[in-house]
Amino acid sequence: MSFLIDSGIMVTSQVLFFGFGWLFFMRQLFKDYEVRQYVVQVVFSVTFAFSCTMFELIIFEILGVLNSSSRYFHWKLNLCVILLVLVFMVPFYIGYFVVSNIRLLHRQRLLFACVVWLTFMYFFWKLGDPFPILSPKHGILSIEQLISRVGVIGVTLMALLSGFGAVNCPYTYMSYFLRNVTDADILALERRLLQTIDMIISKKKRMAMAHRTMFQKGEVHNKPTGFWGMIKSVTTSAPGSENLSLIQQEVDALEELSRQLFLETADLHATKERIEYSKTFKGKYFNFLGYFFSIYCVWKIFMATINIVFDRVGKTDPVTRGIEITVNYLGIQFDVKFWSQHISFILVGIIIVTSIRGLLITLTKFFYAISSSKSSNVIVLLLAQIMGMYFVSSVLLIRMSMPLEYRTIITEVLGELQFNFYHRWFDVIFLVSALSSILFLYLAHKQAPEKHMAL
Amino acid sequence: MAALDRVKVLVLGDSGVGKSSLVHLLCQNQVLGNPSWTVGCSVDVRIHDYKEGTPEEKTYYIELWDVGGSVGSASSVKSTRAVFYNSINGIILIHDLTNKKSSQNLYRWSLEALNRDAAPTGVLVTNGDYDREQFADNQIPLLVIGTKLDQIPETKRNEVLTRTAFLAEDFNAEEINLDCTNPRYLAAGSSNAVKLSRFFDKVIEKRYYLRDGNQIPSFSDRKRFGGGALKTLHYD
Repeated sequence: MSFLIDSGIMVTSQVLFFGFGWLFFMRQLFKDYEVRQYVVQVVFSVTFAFSCTMFELIIFEILGVLNSSSRYFHWKLNLCVILLVLVFMVPFYIGYFVVSNIRLLHRQRLLFACVVWLTFMYFFWKLGDPFPILSPKHGILSIEQLISRVGVIGVTLMALLSGFGAVNCPYTYMSYFLRNVTDADILALERRLLQTIDMIISKKKRMAMAHRTMFQKGEVHNKPTGFWGMIKSVTTSAPGSENLSLIQQEVDALEELSRQLFLETADLHATKERIEYSKTFKGKYFNFLGYFFSIYCVWKIFMATINIVFDRVGKTDPVTRGIEITVNYLGIQFDVKFWSQHISFILVGIIIVTSIRGLLITLTKFFYAISSSKSSNVIVLLLAQIMGMYFVSSVLLIRMSMPLEYRTIITEVLGELQFNFYHRWFDVIFLVSALSSILFLYLAHKQAPEKHMAL
Repeated sequence: MAALDRVKVLVLGDSGVGKSSLVHLLCQNQVLGNPSWTVGCSVDVRIHDYKEGTPEEKTYYIELWDVGGSVGSASSVKSTRAVFYNSINGIILIHDLTNKKSSQNLYRWSLEALNRDAAPTGVLVTNGDYDREQFADNQIPLLVIGTKLDQIPETKRNEVLTRTAFLAEDFNAEEINLDCTNPRYLAAGSSNAVKLSRFFDKVIEKRYYLRDGNQIPSFSDRKRFGGGALKTLHYD
């Protein structure tokens, strides 16, 4: 009986998450586009719903809500469904939509989509070989095989995003890094842009007029072909006709220049807005936060290096450690069991909420930046895939932040994965990502003022 | 060579509706083979005979400024785009017949272009709400073009065409529906070509033949001066 009630609660919460994913898709992601293929929206919302359910089950585990056996059952069920979606459904639909965009293959869409999917499965399987993630006891089609590979991809993504975010966050928040931009700079650049466009226009006018006179005189438009043709055209070009191809080349070069100038102007406008924003209260608050985040970032890089160099894997989680310290060193006595449950609930809750929110915001920004009306379906499905893998690997890594008694369910369900490997892999990729982001931002920052000096 | 007079026509619309293809078709009389994203503004020139076939025939250059981007861009991009909206003589609004949102966004596009001087940071004063009175007052000729007509199945065509007729009426503009990859739609003598020619004639008229040597104040100037200084706008 209690199993039925528990299942009822789980299903209701899943429906709620599905609805939230649906709304997010409609209101935020696909704001400027029309949803023509509802399949995409459904797949996205399903991925989101099942990912959130996993987090929900962790929270239930900590709080002790629901029957333990029904929790275990739902864990297994949820995991199976989400692996099915991530490994079978989403890649197949990605292949299908990519293939339907290509005109040549339009007829045999389904066939080619299956071919694409099989290629994906092959590489996905090969991915597991170089990593020591499994004990060899398991068969081919077990959950552990699939989840280990999904975990590797997801952890790599998490570490990349996390490394970049840790460096980028203080860089954008702190106003120390803002370049000084005056209105005069912007006006000068805009004037250059308009001058370039005027030059393009005058050249195009010449070309259009030349075409028209040639058309009216009934001349055949003969381009010099081959070596002898070029030699001939040097000596026998009519005095009235222009060398159109030369002008076309000049126009192409000017158009490239106008694009560069446009991007630079947009950049200057954005910097000017950020300068104005930093003078407001909110801006000052974020500036202050930026200093904290930079310290946090440095500390994390330091810890990652230590972990790798000394081959150290943390055995205890922060909550138990914190309690140990307060009890042993500070001598404060309190009910360990009670508080550890609540503190881990809060800590894990914060981690989950911030990672979901952070990921959704990043996905939205990414989507706006690169999608167009043709590729929007494919990009949304790619984002759904990334989101699913990210959440699955979050579950793997979050195990580290929970006290021992709550880890059991994750360990039970996920079998004998080598969790330590994932943590080590995360540290390595995080370090690589953070250091390359620092290098990249440093180069970008250095390069920009030099461009303006050359004006 | 460049001794002819010129008019500036803005080509606006959402990303991916076919502005670059259409401009290429209008100016080079050829279909654009490899459309790619427009960054910033791409300009092309068309030579037009004003009042063709009459003794007052005169040739003009029509500059078509194809501005890329989307209505939902960051405000820094909008401020940068605003530099192209100076002294425009006509606007062509392009929407995709297969995508309703692109038609709805045309209101926001036209407001962005017409309200250019309303606030220096490019923020729209009217917060994007459609106000029919502003369009009734507007002196800049508009033309609405719907693209990708070939992708609409026959059964839905009537419904789509009725919707676009309402849209064009809202802007007090003519409308043309075509497919940018097929030059047949703008063949000489077809009704679309006639509408296009009439639009360009109207633009040239408003620019060169409607005043006695004074500049026509732009849309925003009228808001500033309240219409009091416009006595010179009337026909003699």
